[in-house]
Amino acid sequence: MNDKSNKYISPYLGGFLLGLLLLVTFFITGRGLGASGATKSTVVTVVDAVSHSHATESAYYSKFISDDKHPMNTWLTFEVLGILAGAFLSGALAGRVRFKTEHSPKITSKTRLLAAAGGGILFGFGSQLGRGCTSGAALSGMATLSTAGFVTMLAIFGTGFIVAYFFRKLWI
Amino acid sequence: MGPLIPQEIIDPQWNSVIALLIGMAFGFILESSGFSSSRKLAGVFYGYDFVVLKVFFTAAITAALGLYYFDYAGWIDGDLLYINPTYLTGAIAGGVVMGIGFVLGGFCPGTSTCAAAIGKIDGWVFWGGMLVGVFIFSEFFPLLQEAYTSNALGPIRVYESLGLNASTFIMILIVVALAAFYVASMIQKKIRPKRVEF
Repeated sequence: MNDKSNKYISPYLGGFLLGLLLLVTFFITGRGLGASGATKSTVVTVVDAVSHSHATESAYYSKFISDDKHPMNTWLTFEVLGILAGAFLSGALAGRVRFKTEHSPKITSKTRLLAAAGGGILFGFGSQLGRGCTSGAALSGMATLSTAGFVTMLAIFGTGFIVAYFFRKLWI
Repeated sequence: MGPLIPQEIIDPQWNSVIALLIGMAFGFILESSGFSSSRKLAGVFYGYDFVVLKVFFTAAITAALGLYYFDYAGWIDGDLLYINPTYLTGAIAGGVVMGIGFVLGGFCPGTSTCAAAIGKIDGWVFWGGMLVGVFIFSEFFPLLQEAYTSNALGPIRVYESLGLNASTFIMILIVVALAAFYVASMIQKKIRPKRVEF
């Protein structure tokens, strides 16, 4: 195969580097990596701005609102801004930065975007119910050998394999 | 000596700067490994690309082994690490919903951020979808609270749940990972040549 994927680094090297980064992150901060936390901070911030009373009366938003700290001022928000910058840097160095909607040649861009929106809604919902996503709950949890990490990982990927058949037209 | 910030060996006011730097390394590694492409990510579910399995499992083993060793060597105080608590119902139900979202949308939160960073419109749309999903969850929280908090088992470890000791479990995990890498490479060899390149 001589396709574009040759420009990516070896997945084992990538995994090793990611594991080292996770280790360093625990060594410095005592916690792992994450991503979905930033979506929560964003939603809390917007809802709080639109209706402060609704946010403070809500059993969920109110957990993340305090008087001395802006709801956007969280570790994970800064970390996710870092992800944006770091991924852009990597993509720019490899010549992968361009506006496009990536999809299987068998579906249209519109189908892909609808599927991405639907997948995002489910992932956003599920990450709150499961207290974290693939990064924060599954990967970081597995690093500390937490039961939650392994259960979340098995639930995400197990379900993925079970339902993959029904979504195959989107991908193959 | 570690973890550094909880023991204030590094002043907590550096938190945001450190978060930004760690995030940059995180994004760089994910993007370089191909995690900005939904078609590569979804490949794990159809057997044509196992980058997710290889990166994810290698990272988990490296970090788990490293943390175990750091603790053993006394370089990090394991009691100060954050162990995400297990809420069994939420973890399973949330994982199921995320699993469907993964196959449908082709991303997870971190990878869609990487995709968005290099200009993938579908990455931005997935991110927008996540905000809507979080909003729906939050608005319906009173109805979901029961599922969210039930079966709380605390910050338990998987080896305790299985009745093993930590080192045995890590050993098993490594063997399972190596077997999975081998099987994955066999499957990919069979399936990949049939596919058009992307």
